[in-house]
Amino acid sequence: MIYVEQLITSFIASAAFGVIFNAPRESLVKCGISGMVGWVVYFALDTNGFGTIFATLMASFLIAVVSQVFAKAYRTPIIIFSVAGIIPLVPGGLAYDAMRNFVENDYSVALSLAAKASMISGAIAVGLVFSEVINQVIRRSSLGPAK
Amino acid sequence: MENQDQTFEVMRACMLAGKIMLQSGAETYRVEDTMSRMASAFGIDKTHSYVTPTGIIFSVEGVGPERTKLVRISERTTDLRKVAMVNSISRNISSGEVGLAEACKLLMEIEQANLTYSFPVQITAAAIASGCFTIMFQGSWLDFLPSMAAGGIGFFLVVYFHKIVPVKFFAEFLSSFFIGMLSFFFVKFGLGQELDKIIIGSVMPLVPGLLITNAVRDLMAGHLVSGLSKGAEALLTAFAIGSGIAAILSFL
Repeated sequence: MIYVEQLITSFIASAAFGVIFNAPRESLVKCGISGMVGWVVYFALDTNGFGTIFATLMASFLIAVVSQVFAKAYRTPIIIFSVAGIIPLVPGGLAYDAMRNFVENDYSVALSLAAKASMISGAIAVGLVFSEVINQVIRRSSLGPAK
Repeated sequence: MENQDQTFEVMRACMLAGKIMLQSGAETYRVEDTMSRMASAFGIDKTHSYVTPTGIIFSVEGVGPERTKLVRISERTTDLRKVAMVNSISRNISSGEVGLAEACKLLMEIEQANLTYSFPVQITAAAIASGCFTIMFQGSWLDFLPSMAAGGIGFFLVVYFHKIVPVKFFAEFLSSFFIGMLSFFFVKFGLGQELDKIIIGSVMPLVPGLLITNAVRDLMAGHLVSGLSKGAEALLTAFAIGSGIAAILSFL
């Protein structure tokens, strides 16, 4: 039941972010799909004890793969799909928490939260880069489509 | 002479394309890539570009004296539709479907055009996203409506304040201040349950998620200047939001 709830809300939230970022109208549903896939993987891994950073890494990798498929199929820049998909993963809540603790003079808590937020941003970036590397390896090897 | 004029026209088109993309929130590497592809489609193979979030330097090695141009970028928004449109124009140029004069005309039209969704639609989207985020962060459904209201109002305020006072961080500070206040009153009058969940959900439309991710990506791709400056911008925004919320929490 909780998964259904998470699936629906993450789909809507990602599509809504597509609107805020002014993505083309016909790609809003695809934005929602990439966000939904990523968030559900993140949520499943995170709640089953795999750790937030690993969960973020896998989710952003999957989002990048999905976005690449969409970008190839519809000949649009990959950023349209990946940004809307990645927004839920971005440690916005953590960054906010860290800053709030900084402002409230609670530096030790703030620093550890900030460190965690930057690790998660790093995990997102590594996931994105990793999928790009695999994509290029496939394209250059014999597995890829013959040009 | 004619050749030099054409080089200049090609540069103008490339710079325009780069400027639109950078202003609309494209990645640094995409801007560089698009400019060099466009130039080589028009027969200029040796180009160099240096792209940062605040300006583009583009230089061409061609016939006659080398040319270099600089464009200053002062305002950046996120408008993925424009990125997609410039991208498809550059594709058409590469495949030879669009000539130089036509490309210039199309790019100029895109630069002038206002293609965003209408403001009420954007506010609604921000409100819906805020509500959904509260649920995604394990909030209860009782907090769905309060965070929708706070998120929508917060997004409206950040755009509104930004129009009055053209200091982005001040607008973010003020609107997160109001988000905090609204959320507090919602909880106080029994309309919402968990203050933290409502606040985190409703600040999500303001949080610099795209910037944080783009900054790390740029750093990893070796665009050190772009990465650091985007990181600084993201940090300032996060600081503005955090201090806005903290200010309201310390008053109450």
